[in-house]
Amino acid sequence: MTFEDIFSKLSQKFPQGILGKEETKPDASIKVDPLAIHDILKYLRDELNFETLHMVSGVDYPALSALCVVYHPGSYTHKMIVPLKVYLPRTDEAKVESVTDLFKAANWHERETYDMFGIQFLNHPDPRRILCPEDWVGFPLRKDYVTPDYYNGMPVPLYFEDGAPTKEGAH
Amino acid sequence: MGPGDNVVMTTMDDVLNWGRSNSLWPLTFGLACCAIEMMATGAADYDLERFGCGVFRATPRQADLMIVAGTVTLKMASRIRMLYEQMPDPKWVISMGSCSNKGGPYWQEGYHVLKGVDRVIPVDIYVPGCPPRPETLIEAIMMLQKKIKVQEAALGPIGFARKQA
Repeated sequence: MTFEDIFSKLSQKFPQGILGKEETKPDASIKVDPLAIHDILKYLRDELNFETLHMVSGVDYPALSALCVVYHPGSYTHKMIVPLKVYLPRTDEAKVESVTDLFKAANWHERETYDMFGIQFLNHPDPRRILCPEDWVGFPLRKDYVTPDYYNGMPVPLYFEDGAPTKEGAH
Repeated sequence: MGPGDNVVMTTMDDVLNWGRSNSLWPLTFGLACCAIEMMATGAADYDLERFGCGVFRATPRQADLMIVAGTVTLKMASRIRMLYEQMPDPKWVISMGSCSNKGGPYWQEGYHVLKGVDRVIPVDIYVPGCPPRPETLIEAIMMLQKKIKVQEAALGPIGFARKQA
């Protein structure tokens, strides 16, 4: 079973859900409609022997005005990984269905993707931040993220632009 | 020489400082890779127990030395402050490694890292290194013991008033 076989099988099964493939290096990836990702991963798990989900992560594309969720379902039977990419609008409305009910491993990965990119996962059992504190403002891995000057009264930069380690009255 | 002749004369300061400096009880407090070096320092090869400093306690209420070993994130900083306040006086702090000294490799882009643990708690000894070797930590502890030995333990706020050495 090769990447092309997987791609043709998915294209036949989900003509609406598969939006094409990307010849990214080193591994080609499949572009997937956000509404179909849950069904496609369920099909991969149940019919095509993709037993594990190695990773869920995110990418920010300011030039494309898009946020991207990348899934890496893996198969020990076929000894391969097929990256799936879901493109979402680069707004607060970036939402995609959670796959935690299919793969338990997705739970913390989706929480981290939410924590770093602000992508919301619908029907997630525990949709909280995982690394940053609960009261953190903003999503640090977005390209337009600006580091705050203060967090809870603690200065964040080593030195401010005028060379002072702290600024009075800034918090 | 009879049995009643064994009398030692000393001062209150000297006997308290002698006891305190030679029975430092550190808090088990590892945050990152520096903690591995701290554990190695406590283990058989370097044997921190030789300096009376090997009793790593699992609760701040029994500890009088906090070795901040590792990267202090902003999320952790408030917890560190709480643990420090739970330690009974007299208490001392060793900042171990570049991260807890001044942010380390996260000094510029680390949006989540506190740039120096001395922004939340007072520090007695800074240990440079990334991470410091166990010998360096042992030297820092010996330096702290020298510092404790010249404190005016019986008078004033403990740990702040110092005798002219």
